[in-house]
Amino acid sequence: MLDFIARRLVAIIPVLTVVAIFVFLMLRLTPGDPAAIIAGDNATSDQIDEIRRALGLDEPIWTQFLIWIGKVLQGNFGESFFFKKTVAELIAQRVEPTLALAVCTLIIAVITAVPLGVLAAYRHGSLLDRCVMGFSVLGFSVPVFVIGYILIYIFAIELGWLPVQGYIRIGVNFWGFLERMVLPSVTLAVIYVALIARITRASVLEVLNEDYIRTARAKGLTNRVVLMRHALRNAAVPILTVIGIGIALLISGAVVTESVYGLPGLGRLTVEAVLSRDFPTIQAVILLFSVVYVLINLVIDISYTLFDPRIRY
Amino acid sequence: MSAISEEVVDSASIAAASTKRKSLWALALRNPAVIFGGVILLVMLAIAILAPYLGTVDPTRIDPASRNKNPGTEITYRLDDGSTAKRVVLMGTDSLGRDVYSRVLYGTRVSLMIGVAVAAISVAIGLVIGLVSGYIRWADGFIMRIMDGLMAIPGILLAIALVSIWRAGLITVIFAIVVPDVPRVVRLVRSVVLSVREEPYVEGAISVGTPTWTLMFRHILPNTIAPLIVQGTFIAAAAIITEAILSFLGIGIPPEIPSWGNIMAEGRTLFRVFPHNILYPGIFLALTVLAINIMGDGLRDTLDPKMSKKV
Repeated sequence: MLDFIARRLVAIIPVLTVVAIFVFLMLRLTPGDPAAIIAGDNATSDQIDEIRRALGLDEPIWTQFLIWIGKVLQGNFGESFFFKKTVAELIAQRVEPTLALAVCTLIIAVITAVPLGVLAAYRHGSLLDRCVMGFSVLGFSVPVFVIGYILIYIFAIELGWLPVQGYIRIGVNFWGFLERMVLPSVTLAVIYVALIARITRASVLEVLNEDYIRTARAKGLTNRVVLMRHALRNAAVPILTVIGIGIALLISGAVVTESVYGLPGLGRLTVEAVLSRDFPTIQAVILLFSVVYVLINLVIDISYTLFDPRIRY
Repeated sequence: MSAISEEVVDSASIAAASTKRKSLWALALRNPAVIFGGVILLVMLAIAILAPYLGTVDPTRIDPASRNKNPGTEITYRLDDGSTAKRVVLMGTDSLGRDVYSRVLYGTRVSLMIGVAVAAISVAIGLVIGLVSGYIRWADGFIMRIMDGLMAIPGILLAIALVSIWRAGLITVIFAIVVPDVPRVVRLVRSVVLSVREEPYVEGAISVGTPTWTLMFRHILPNTIAPLIVQGTFIAAAAIITEAILSFLGIGIPPEIPSWGNIMAEGRTLFRVFPHNILYPGIFLALTVLAINIMGDGLRDTLDPKMSKKV
């Protein structure tokens, strides 16, 4: 087991290296002087010179990469000249809304999608099954922001149940925080529910044809026990895998959802950084999101053994 | 002798492959999901081509006198010769007085074009890289590490990063959406190549001395067509959504081009009062993507039964 974890950790090194090289090359592939680009439009020539020295731009490109990656590994992404702070500070300020949004979305999605998928598989061919499948195709076809605006229109403007936009920190006012989290997380959960429900249905459907399910039924176990303990548990690996892959959707969706609901998170920061061509921030956010994505999938890989003892490493 | 046997092997396998393909296509065209999605897409295509003849006006024409009109309002506008005419704005006007109906109809052109272009380009690039990676063993490891790395960056973020490097434009947006899709196509093609390479008829073709190029184009390439068409439809659907998202965020297609994403981006500020600017393009977008996805599901069920079991 430990051996497996060690091997998996080693295996993500080349992946993250490619990501790092891409993120590093972003600035060098842009036409123009990287130092001038980093400094932004209002920089003085002294500032540009300072950045050029700090980045080692007179050195050969691989030395530049080593200098850059060395700093990044220490959490130093440089300074955002647009926001007038270090990128690390900027990210630390913006983590909370994104993390809250991701966790709420994940909870909502798993709580609704897994039972829906199991029921759809159990009542294969029924009206419920068709509805779940129809919803999952629809969920993939409507952009996140359209769902967001429809929900805002119904629940915030017409019914007035929930606030339209904004964010309150969790420590400041918990109920205010929850109130403002409902619509964004439901919005973001739609595509995730579509994905997870579809896979849950397909995997459970496959397991339901197995001999041991027939045996379990023959023993006289109730449907609930058969579905939850026998079918779902054996279908867990593909479901977990898709939850992991779906993190990419979640991250991409967060960028849009935060913009729609005015949440001051990392996704909104990404868009602001691109619009102001603030490259150190763009680089840091992309690197951060990719590392999180890879690590979550690593954890899920390792967790397979918990759900399926047949898998041994 | 070897020439004759090569001839026999080749013509036999081609015949088998082509009859099989023909019947599969006939079967696919009878699938209700393919018909349903296909009909909606044909309607959208007709709208895109016939946009100038469907009672539209210039979608970029700014008319300050009739800003922010609700759908169904009658507006008076000046013609170029100075006379005035009346016209009912079916989907209202935006905050610059442009006709939303005309913009949505012309936007169909942009979205369909992006869907087709992204699918075609990413499948073409992915096919070449995938064939090389699956067939040339020494290149495989290197290529796949790069693909894994690209796949570790969430798609829209990668597209955003590329747009920020290249600056927004129609072509750069298309390529920014293509790059995140390429690794997925490469993996698909590579897996087909790896499994087909071990088939007896490929080994047979190798043993009679079929040149590598012939082998690739006659024996391996045809096997990738069905899964690639299925994959291509899903890429097209996702590309249309990604374009809308990028434009909506203000980092996509330049705002003077009327794309669905741009219309919705402009509708953001006044959404509470005039939701039609987001509603109508949103409906068109969802309908188009839904049609492509339904068609893709139908195609997958008939062309690629192995994959349909998995998902």
